[in-house]
Amino acid sequence: MRTLVSESQLRTPRGKAVYWTVFVVVAVAFTAAFVFPLIWMVLGAMKTAPELARVPPTVLPQQANLGTYVEAWNFMSLAHFFLNTIIVVIGAWLVQLAVDVPAAYALSKLKPKLGNVVLGMMLATLMLPASALLVPTYLTITDVPLLGWNLVNNPLAIWLPGAANAFNIYLLKRFFDQIPGELIEASTLDGAGPIKTMVRVVLPLARPVLGVVSILSIVTAWKDFIWPLLVFSDPQAQTLSVALQRFAPDTPVNLLLAGLVLASVPTIVIFLIFQRNILAGLTAGSVKG
Amino acid sequence: MSTAVRLPSAALGVRPTGRLRRRVRENITAYGLLCAALLCFAGFSWYPIVRGVLLSFQQVNFVTAPTWVGLENFQKLFADPQFWEAWVNTLLFTGLALVFGFAVPFAIAVLLNELRHGKAYFRLVVYLPVMLPPVVVALLWKWFYDPGPGLFNAALHAVGLPGLSWLDSPTTAMLSLVLVSTWANMGSATLIYLAALQTIPGDLYEAAELDGAGLWGRLRHVTIPQTRFALLVMLLLQIVATMQVFTEPYIMTGGGPGDSTVTVLLLLYKYAFFYNDFGTASALSLLLFVVLGVFGLFYVRLTRRAD
Repeated sequence: MRTLVSESQLRTPRGKAVYWTVFVVVAVAFTAAFVFPLIWMVLGAMKTAPELARVPPTVLPQQANLGTYVEAWNFMSLAHFFLNTIIVVIGAWLVQLAVDVPAAYALSKLKPKLGNVVLGMMLATLMLPASALLVPTYLTITDVPLLGWNLVNNPLAIWLPGAANAFNIYLLKRFFDQIPGELIEASTLDGAGPIKTMVRVVLPLARPVLGVVSILSIVTAWKDFIWPLLVFSDPQAQTLSVALQRFAPDTPVNLLLAGLVLASVPTIVIFLIFQRNILAGLTAGSVKG
Repeated sequence: MSTAVRLPSAALGVRPTGRLRRRVRENITAYGLLCAALLCFAGFSWYPIVRGVLLSFQQVNFVTAPTWVGLENFQKLFADPQFWEAWVNTLLFTGLALVFGFAVPFAIAVLLNELRHGKAYFRLVVYLPVMLPPVVVALLWKWFYDPGPGLFNAALHAVGLPGLSWLDSPTTAMLSLVLVSTWANMGSATLIYLAALQTIPGDLYEAAELDGAGLWGRLRHVTIPQTRFALLVMLLLQIVATMQVFTEPYIMTGGGPGDSTVTVLLLLYKYAFFYNDFGTASALSLLLFVVLGVFGLFYVRLTRRAD
């Protein structure tokens, strides 16, 4: 496809020279800026604490010491905090799907009375900066209206507000809207009720958008910091992110770095596997030129 | 809403009761499917919005019922020198973040769009930091910024430059936070710009070239106008996001040195969870909301027009 610089311009000797110079500069700069810091973190986690204190720093660890990871795992009881985080993340994901998928389906295909008002009120929350709601939502968590529950230190404090996700509903509804009505009608004529139609006909077709929503919700929940910081006041209930920043001041640097590496592995692995879906989800929301 | 319901049933030749009953049943099913979402939104989104506004004018201590205090919470804020510092710092952060985080990703995207090789790799690596948990990024960069054995001063020394005190000096602390946050977040902006650049029809460049436009001319008269919408949207989104900065200053500086990196959100956190003064914290949230709401409205108008 034609871009700013034309192919013919690139094919001239001068064009070729400039192109390859720029290419090498970009390749080196990108690797230095975005890959090298991660390599430096992984290498740092293999050095000993005295080696890390050296000025100037050593480039390669004097001896590759993978034992740091085991030591960090035990020192910060990372197994416990990994488990906490996994419970929070998987729960947040499942609750979001269980709550948002039927809601989007109802709004898209059943079109109940006042459905547009409900949708509008949901989408309006997208405009609100999350931080403006921190305090009142926190107070709501400490004493859930009508039920009187105190959800502090309870994963429900993450799951329930997380399910009030207008962006998910928007993405899902937009996808459901594109599913032709004839399919729904055919299923209804076969005697299937709306719920059966949703499960048997619509959801299998919606696999791509369910994938995008799932990945987004899992990655967002794994990365989340400020909300878990507020609702998990009990150190034992904390997620990995919250625990790591609590441990940071009193942990030897090499162990802390190993902890950081371990905490990054899940999202990086998810990214490498689902790169295509994640980048699709990135541009799905808004911007089209 | 289907118009069929509103038409006189005779016109459709359908028995009114059957049609109506089906419609009622469908509505019941629909609200059955919606009820979990409605409860979540009501409890954790709509109700807190209303409550946040009310709290701004109340004093709460969890022992006795909240009392109305009028504008006292706001007066308390205005009298707090940290309040003004926090806004200045936040605006400084947002401004600096725009300089780096707005212009740089666009330039990078334009450059990447010209490259014919290795695009998949560049797209992958620029997004890597976005995938790291922000806590990991903040702790990692805190270590990079260490004036002693830190990576950055080592790099400066290696090329013969003097080291900086980064987070430890009031003059460079905020800039250091901006750098970290830009590094961590620019991947999304870059890829969104790249997607927008790829929608530009090639003939526009051809036509501009035939009209004698050079590289700069094409950039100014084709690339930028064609991506103006994406640029504007990202500008607004970025302002809204950066004004809510919390994790980096909370973890890396704690607001220091002095008060040089106290941001609005950090102050809000302090009021709510150090002083347990939820009324004043809500008043501050409300102010932040009003400021960000202006940008939010621009955003909505912009995207509406695009639809």
